[in-house]
Amino acid sequence: MEFRLTDDQDRLRHGLRDILSDRQLTWEELTDVGIFQLRVPERDGGLGLGLPEAVLVFEEAGRALLSGPLVGTEVAAARLGLRGRAEVVRVPARGPVLVPQLPQLDHVLLLRPDDSLVVLPAAALDAAPAPAVDPDRPLWRLEGELPAGEGLPEGEARRVAADTTLLTAALQAGLAARTVTEAVGYARTRAQFGQPIGAFQAVQHLCADMLARAELARVAVYAAAVSGDVEEIAGAKLLADEAAVRGARDCLQVHGGMGFTWEARVHRLLKRAWAWEQAGADRERCLDELAAHL
Amino acid sequence: MQLSDTPAEADFRRRLREWLGKTLPELPPAPDPSDWPGRRSYDTAWQRRLFDAGYAGIHWPVDAGGRGSTPSEHLIFLEETELAGAPYVGANFVGLLHAGPTVATEGTPDQRARFLPPILRGDEIWCQGFSEPDAGSDLAALRTRAVREGDEYVVTGSKIWTSHAEVADWCELLVRTDPDAPKHRGISWLAMRMDAPGVTVRPLRTLAGTTEFAELFLDEVRVPVGDRLGAENDGWRVTMVTLSFERGTAFASEAVGCRREVRRLARVARANGAWDDLELRRELAGLAAEFTALWRLVQWNVSEAAARGVPGAGGSVFKLRFSEARQRLHDVAARVVGADALLDGPWTAQRLQGLSYTIAAGTSQIQRNIVAQRILGLPKGR
Repeated sequence: MEFRLTDDQDRLRHGLRDILSDRQLTWEELTDVGIFQLRVPERDGGLGLGLPEAVLVFEEAGRALLSGPLVGTEVAAARLGLRGRAEVVRVPARGPVLVPQLPQLDHVLLLRPDDSLVVLPAAALDAAPAPAVDPDRPLWRLEGELPAGEGLPEGEARRVAADTTLLTAALQAGLAARTVTEAVGYARTRAQFGQPIGAFQAVQHLCADMLARAELARVAVYAAAVSGDVEEIAGAKLLADEAAVRGARDCLQVHGGMGFTWEARVHRLLKRAWAWEQAGADRERCLDELAAHL
Repeated sequence: MQLSDTPAEADFRRRLREWLGKTLPELPPAPDPSDWPGRRSYDTAWQRRLFDAGYAGIHWPVDAGGRGSTPSEHLIFLEETELAGAPYVGANFVGLLHAGPTVATEGTPDQRARFLPPILRGDEIWCQGFSEPDAGSDLAALRTRAVREGDEYVVTGSKIWTSHAEVADWCELLVRTDPDAPKHRGISWLAMRMDAPGVTVRPLRTLAGTTEFAELFLDEVRVPVGDRLGAENDGWRVTMVTLSFERGTAFASEAVGCRREVRRLARVARANGAWDDLELRRELAGLAAEFTALWRLVQWNVSEAAARGVPGAGGSVFKLRFSEARQRLHDVAARVVGADALLDGPWTAQRLQGLSYTIAAGTSQIQRNIVAQRILGLPKGR
């Protein structure tokens, strides 16, 4: 056992972090970097890497709060050999079926309530734009009957669902780490009562809990990527969602009144954390998956 | 990143499993928790068996008498002994996990030769004399005084929360040797014989009704200067070495134990109908995820520490999350067993004992201070 990043993995993570810390890359630039060809075999023009490298990349994407159908496009390429932009959408237990960024998509990979997976051409879907909470993640609502169609083999459906959950967990782990950086940065500089608010234990303890949640989630995501175990993937998503959503809430709290404003941008972290919480397996699904293994 | 065993690790695991399978059925029944002499002899006999089989001080360096195993093998040892239901380290805790590693790191060759072999063989038990009635979280405020008289220190004061004091041979003792220095700079670390004249042990009864620890009263106890570890007034640094060990892997196997406990609780819930309660079922599921991740965090911290050479602050993150998760586990267990939780049985004993986890070895509030100030770099308040 050597459960730490190899030198190559460390370089991959930091290389990407450096690129993304300057500015948001365009879709074409992300494609050129190779994000969507990570796990595609080298003989097919991909990078031939594994899930551990994929979660490192998606962790950085989450930290940078990247928009777009990142997870679906990578999973569709890696698992189904599909080219083009794709989003994996699960029919929710309650409420409408919402597809982010539908007009940009080539494929919608629809996970139906019976866990079957059907690949649909995005252009053929009957959908209407719906106002979205997250301004960087516009939504379209599927209208009418859910499209029928032959599902993919059960094994493929399971792998697509598991990968989607894990890579979304990686996004959330990165987002959670970002909330810690933002909160700590603000707490160091914002002064009240003659000292930085970060010197008060009430604020310190909020930040310490944020870090503890983010660290546990990050390690859980890495471990799930190495083991590939469905139980660990469900646990990692659960912990990463909690770290991201609660981290964003606490980050907002540390920012005080500024956190409630549009321009402080803290709200974008929270809104994205809410969106990613429902992507892949949500909390209820993760818990039920874990309970089934007990 | 990899989690699987190397061929050498797999071999180590297989041999250990074989040995545990052969040895555990030969053990006598565990003593009653209130029978301290019985607990001492049970725990030391187990330590002796480990010693004879070459597993004592598994992660100690070879030149300290240990096995010199890799950190991975140490974790395999913790995992396998826990999974097999082997005895805990028990009364050997302070010797094996605090005092021993500190002596191995900071001791002179003579001190290492004197103190380490009896710990490994299970011949000598140590207790910890750190906290005082007025020095808990603020440990460096300790006031027990040691005044030099020739080749001896004369020690007077009192200590509290001293586990295993009733059966210990030695005490790792923090004393103030320079009352005029700043508080962190006037402390020394002494090895004190528990049978020295002037040492009085008064057991403390915990809220669980048991006597897990004691108060120590020290009245002009004479300790040879040669039993001081490190330089005079350098005891705080020496102690920090010990504490980083404590927060590193000392509670690691218990994360494995808790994973097992969640599964056991799920079986109880299935049998008594509690499993039909969706909320309770999901609470158990959440705890399973938490303890699995905590074990992974141990593996991560240990791998990182091995690469960097010292246990990092990641131990504080583990300690914080683990102690709170474990208390939540006991609360969920109480809901699963229902009215049985009001009876003075094993579930209740665990639940009560568990209340100490967020207090002992650094309260959760102190852990949060450490995380905020040492990891996140937030400023110390005025």
